[in-house]
Amino acid sequence: VEFHPLNPFREDFDYERAGLRCGLEIHYQLDTKTKLFCRCPVGLRDDPHDAVIVRHMRPTLSELGEYDGTALMEFKTKKEVHYQLHYDTVCTYEMDDTPPFLLNREALEISLEIALLLNCQAADEIHVSRKQYLDGSIPTGFQRTIAVGVSGFIPFRGKRIGILQLCLEEDACREVSDQGHVIIFRTDRLSTPLVEVITAPDMRTPEEAMEVDRELGRILRATGRVRRGIGTVRQDVNASVEGGTRVEIKGVPRTGMIRRLVHYEAVRQSALLRLKDELRSRGIGSTTFIAVPILCTELFRNTGSKAIAGAIAPSVAPATTPAIASSIDPAAGGGGVSASGGVVGAVKLCGFAGLLGFPVSPGRTFADELKGRVRVIACLDKEPILFHSDGPARGLGATSGSGAPAVPRGEVGPVDDGLSSAEIQALRKAISANYTDAIVVVWGKEEDVNTALSEIAARAREAIQGVPNETRQVLRSGETDFERILPGPNRMYPDTDSAPIPIGPEFLAKVRSSLPPSPVLWRERYGAVLSEELQSQLIDRGLMETFHEVLAETGCDPALLAYTLTATLSRLSRAGLIRDGVGRARLLELFRAHKKGLLSREAIPGALTADQSAIPKGFSADDEIREEARKLLRKAKGSRDFRGARGREKLRDWLIGRVKGRLGPRAEGGKTRSIVDELLGSEKTGGEAAP
Amino acid sequence: MTDDIYKGYRGESKEVLKRFGVRVWSDVEITSVKGTFRGIILPRSEIADDRHIVLKMSSGYNIGILAKSIRDIRESGYKEAHYKIPESQFPVDEGKPSVTLLGTGGTIASRLDYRTGAVIPAFSPGELYGAVPELADICNLKTEKLFGIFSENMGPEQWITTARAIGREIENGADGLIIGHGTDTMHHTAAVLSFMVQNPPVPILLVGSQRSSDRPSSDAAFNLRCATYTAARSDIAEVMICMFGPTSDKYNLLHRGTRVRKMHSSYRSTFRTIGDTPIAMVSPDTVIPIKTDYRRRRADRKAAVDTAFEEKVSIVYYYPNMQPDIIEALVDHGYRGIVIAGTGLGHVNKPLYEPLRKAVQKGVAVYMTVQTLWGYVHMYVYDTGRDLMDIGVVPAANMLPEVAYMKLCWVLGHTREPDKVREMMLAPVAGEITEREPPNGYIILQGGIPEVEEFIGRQFL
Repeated sequence: VEFHPLNPFREDFDYERAGLRCGLEIHYQLDTKTKLFCRCPVGLRDDPHDAVIVRHMRPTLSELGEYDGTALMEFKTKKEVHYQLHYDTVCTYEMDDTPPFLLNREALEISLEIALLLNCQAADEIHVSRKQYLDGSIPTGFQRTIAVGVSGFIPFRGKRIGILQLCLEEDACREVSDQGHVIIFRTDRLSTPLVEVITAPDMRTPEEAMEVDRELGRILRATGRVRRGIGTVRQDVNASVEGGTRVEIKGVPRTGMIRRLVHYEAVRQSALLRLKDELRSRGIGSTTFIAVPILCTELFRNTGSKAIAGAIAPSVAPATTPAIASSIDPAAGGGGVSASGGVVGAVKLCGFAGLLGFPVSPGRTFADELKGRVRVIACLDKEPILFHSDGPARGLGATSGSGAPAVPRGEVGPVDDGLSSAEIQALRKAISANYTDAIVVVWGKEEDVNTALSEIAARAREAIQGVPNETRQVLRSGETDFERILPGPNRMYPDTDSAPIPIGPEFLAKVRSSLPPSPVLWRERYGAVLSEELQSQLIDRGLMETFHEVLAETGCDPALLAYTLTATLSRLSRAGLIRDGVGRARLLELFRAHKKGLLSREAIPGALTADQSAIPKGFSADDEIREEARKLLRKAKGSRDFRGARGREKLRDWLIGRVKGRLGPRAEGGKTRSIVDELLGSEKTGGEAAP
Repeated sequence: MTDDIYKGYRGESKEVLKRFGVRVWSDVEITSVKGTFRGIILPRSEIADDRHIVLKMSSGYNIGILAKSIRDIRESGYKEAHYKIPESQFPVDEGKPSVTLLGTGGTIASRLDYRTGAVIPAFSPGELYGAVPELADICNLKTEKLFGIFSENMGPEQWITTARAIGREIENGADGLIIGHGTDTMHHTAAVLSFMVQNPPVPILLVGSQRSSDRPSSDAAFNLRCATYTAARSDIAEVMICMFGPTSDKYNLLHRGTRVRKMHSSYRSTFRTIGDTPIAMVSPDTVIPIKTDYRRRRADRKAAVDTAFEEKVSIVYYYPNMQPDIIEALVDHGYRGIVIAGTGLGHVNKPLYEPLRKAVQKGVAVYMTVQTLWGYVHMYVYDTGRDLMDIGVVPAANMLPEVAYMKLCWVLGHTREPDKVREMMLAPVAGEITEREPPNGYIILQGGIPEVEEFIGRQFL
C-alpha cells in the first residue's frame, strides 16, 4: 500500500483545527549588584579561567519520593562535568562547597514587583526549592528557585493570558562544549538572579505566542530593574496540538523566532499523529511492538562507510597521562571512540519499513527523532549518527530519507557515506528482518551502542502513543531536535539549606506603593485613542510618560502626538537632524501652539529640529543619499582604483565615505551603507570591476 | 484525630486546619484574601512559625499562605508522600569479598525530615543498593544500623558499641568494615576506634559525605564506592577515614585514623592528614598507596577490642588572658585528665601555672598539645615550657589535640597511676605519635602564588 505521509508544510496550516495551544516560560536576569545566594559580583567573563573542577551527577528522590524521568535519562548519559571558574567572581557557594547565604533582598523585591505587575497572588511566605538539573549546568545538580507569586494574568488583545507562576531563581552555567562524555561549563553566569514567568497555554497561534512574549518583556522592562543585552533574556516556548503532547522548546534565541518554532512544532506533532495512525493501521501497538537489537561488528569489517570503519578500527594505544591523579581515574581523558575499537549495533523495528523516512518537518524525518535520542543519551554525537534501511544507499546521501537535507546540530554527515545495498541485505539476514521491517545501525563504544539501541527502540515504541514528552532544542532552520525528556514536578525538592521567609504585608505594601506604571495600564488608558502598534512603539521607546504628560497638558490630538513621538522623531534623528531627542518642555510648547492653531500639523517636524533651514524638501534623507551615491557611482565608473580583487570593496568604502562627507549628519551610517549596498547590488553587470 | 495529622503545625495555623477539617497531605483548594491556591498541605517544620500553612502546588513548588488570611479550605483528596529510596535486594556473589557497613548516622544516606526541615539519616542495604547499585560490583554487603544520630551527638556509649560491633564482625568473617558517620566528629571517632580496636586484620573505613546524599552532586556515592572498594580489596588493615582528596570527583584519600582532621566547615575535601602524608589514594576500583609503613591485611580474625573509657577528660584550648578559674573549675568538678591545646610549641600563660600545679598534685593527668596542629610540642625551647614540665604537664609530642583527648580518655579508663598513664600516653599504638615529621607532611598551598596557580591550572581543583 502506497503511503503518503503528510501534505506539504504550508504556512497556512490551520492551527485552530489542529487545536494548537502554546505557553511561554520567559527568563529575565535581574539587575542586581550581587548574586542570589552569595555576594559574588554579577557579570560575564571571557578571560581565561583560573581553575577547573570536575563532578558527576546522580538522580535523587523528589520530596514525594519519586525519581524524575529527566534525571534518570541524564544519569544514563554518564557525563563527566567540568566547571571553569574565576576566583574573583565565583566563590565556594557556586562550586557547591558551601551552603547558600541569605537570599538577596534586592532580587526578592524586584521579583515581588514583577509578581504584582503580572497580577499574581504573592506568596505570604516563600520557600526555596531545588529543581533538579542533571545535565550538569548547575554544580549542585539543582537550581534554587522560589515561587514568589501564582495565578496572575495579563490582558492581551481583549483576552486574558494566564500567568501560572512567577519564580525567582538562580541562573545556570554557560555551556562551553559537550562532546562524548565530557561536558564543559563556564561558571560566571551561575547564580545570577533571574525571574521566570510561566504563562498558561493560552496562546492559540504562533503569532500570538510571539506577541505575548513581547508584551511580557515590556511589562518586565517597565520595572527598570531587569538586565538588558545578549544572554540576559531567554525564553522557552511550549506547544501541543490536539491529541499531541506538551513539548518544551528550550532557549529560543530571539522573540522573532517563536512564530516559526511554534509553527514547525505544530507541523511536527501533526505529522507524528499521522505516523501514529499509520502504525495502528499496520497493526503495531504497545503489545505487538517488536524491536530486536544485535551487535554486528563483524558484518562491517570491510565496510565502505568511513564513519563505521573509523569507529571499529582496532585501537591504537592512547597516549597515557603519567600524573597519578588522572591515571587512577578510569574516566580520565573522557570517553571517545578512538580509545578502543568500537562496535556496530543494529536494531530491527518490526513493521516500520518506510517509516524512518517519514517527514516530520521540511528538513527532518522520523529517523532524526531517533537520532536525537542517540546523540543526547548515548553520547554518540559524531555525524552521521546513524544509518537506516530506509535511507538511500551509500553514495546517495545518508542522513535523511526524505531527500531534503537534514539540519542536525552543526554539520551534516558526509553524503558519500551510508550503508551499501549489500550491507543492508547482510543485516537483514543477520537480524532475520523481512521487507516490512526497518533496521537502524549505530556504531561506537560498546556501552554507548547498547544505550543507543535501547533508546532507538524506546523512541520507536513511543511513536505508538504519538508525541513523546520532550524538551527540544532550537535549530537554525526553526526546526527543533531532542534535548531531553520533559521534566515533571518530581524534580522538585525543598531546599533543606534555607528556611522559609515570610513576606510581611508591610513589605508587600511598600513594593506595591512604588510600582512603576505598567504597559498594561497605558494600554487600558489609551487603547481607545491609539492603535496597538503606536502604543507598543511608545512603550518600547520609553516615551509613554512623555506622551501622557504632553497630552494631559495640551489636550492635543493623541494620534498626532504619538506619531510625532515615534515615526517623526525617529526619522528626524535618523537623518541627523536631532541629536539628543527633544525635551518635554519643547514638546509642550509646540503642541500647545498647535492646539491653539499657531502651528500647523505639517510644520511640526520642522519645528522639532533645532535648525529649521536644514530640513530638506520632502524630508526624505533616503532619496538624498541615493541621489548623491548615484552621482558618485557614475563618476567612479572606469576608474582604475576600483579594479582587481578588492575593487568592489574599495568602491563601497569610498562611496560611503563621500556620501557622508557631502551630506553630513543627514547621511546616517547604517542607512548610507544599506543604500550603497543596494545600488552596488543592482549594478552587478556594471563595468566598474571588469578587468 | 490525633495531633500527628497536623505534623508540625501549631497555634494559629493548626486551628485553621482544624476549623476546615483538613490535615497534612490533604489535597486542597485554599481561598485566601489574595485568591485561590491549590496543592497538597505539607508538614510544617517545628522551628518555623505558627502563622503559615505550606502547600505543595502542582508545579512542585512550595508556597506558604498566611493562616489568618484564609477564608476557606476544600479538600478534594489525600496524597501522603512516601519518601523512600527504591529498595532492592542486594545481590550476593560468593566470589566477592564480604563487607559490613555499620551505620551511625550522618548524611551518607539521608532523607528529608519535616520536623526540622533538614535531612535525617536513612539507611538499609536495600536503600543503599537502590541508590548506589555500583556497590554490588565490589562486594557482598551486609549492613547494620547501630544508631541514627548526627555525629555531634556521638559519645562514649556509641564509640564502645561501634568498637564491639567491629570486633564481632571481624570474628564473623568480614573482609572489611565501613562505618557510615557524620563528618563533624568523624576524626574523633576514627581516633577513639584506633585505640579501641587495635591491630585489626582488615581495613576499617569511616566514611560520610559533605553534601548530603539527597542532592545530585553529593559526594556520598563516590565516598561510599571508594570506601567499599578499600574495605573489600585493599591490604591496608588500619582504622582510616576515606573522603574526597580534591573537591573534584577525582579520587579519595585514605587518612590514618589518628592523624586526620576535618579542616573546612563545608568543602568536600575537608579531611586532611596532619603532619604526614595520607596513606593512599583511592578510586572506586583502585587503591594506590602513598605510604609503605601501613599495617597489612591478615587472614586471622584477631582484633584486640579494648573499650576502656574515662569520661572526665577535657580539652582546654588556650588563649591569651585565659583565667586560672577555668582550670580550677575542671579540677573542682572531678576531671581526671586535661589536654591543653597550647600556643606555639606548647605554652600557656603564667597565671595558669598555679592551678595546673594543683591539678597535677591532685592526680589530674595534664598533657600538652599544640593548637598549630602541625608540629611537635617542644617544651625545652623556652622557659615557659620548662616551667610547665616542672609543674608536671606532659608534652604529647605531635598528637593532635582531639587525638590526645581520645587517647587520654582511653588510657585513664585503664589506669590512673600517673607513671603508667604517661607510659601508655607516649607509646604510640596506631600512629598517633610519629617519630619523625616528613617535609611533605605540611603542605598547605597558598592561592595566588604564580607557581601554585600554574600547578592548579594543570589539574582539577
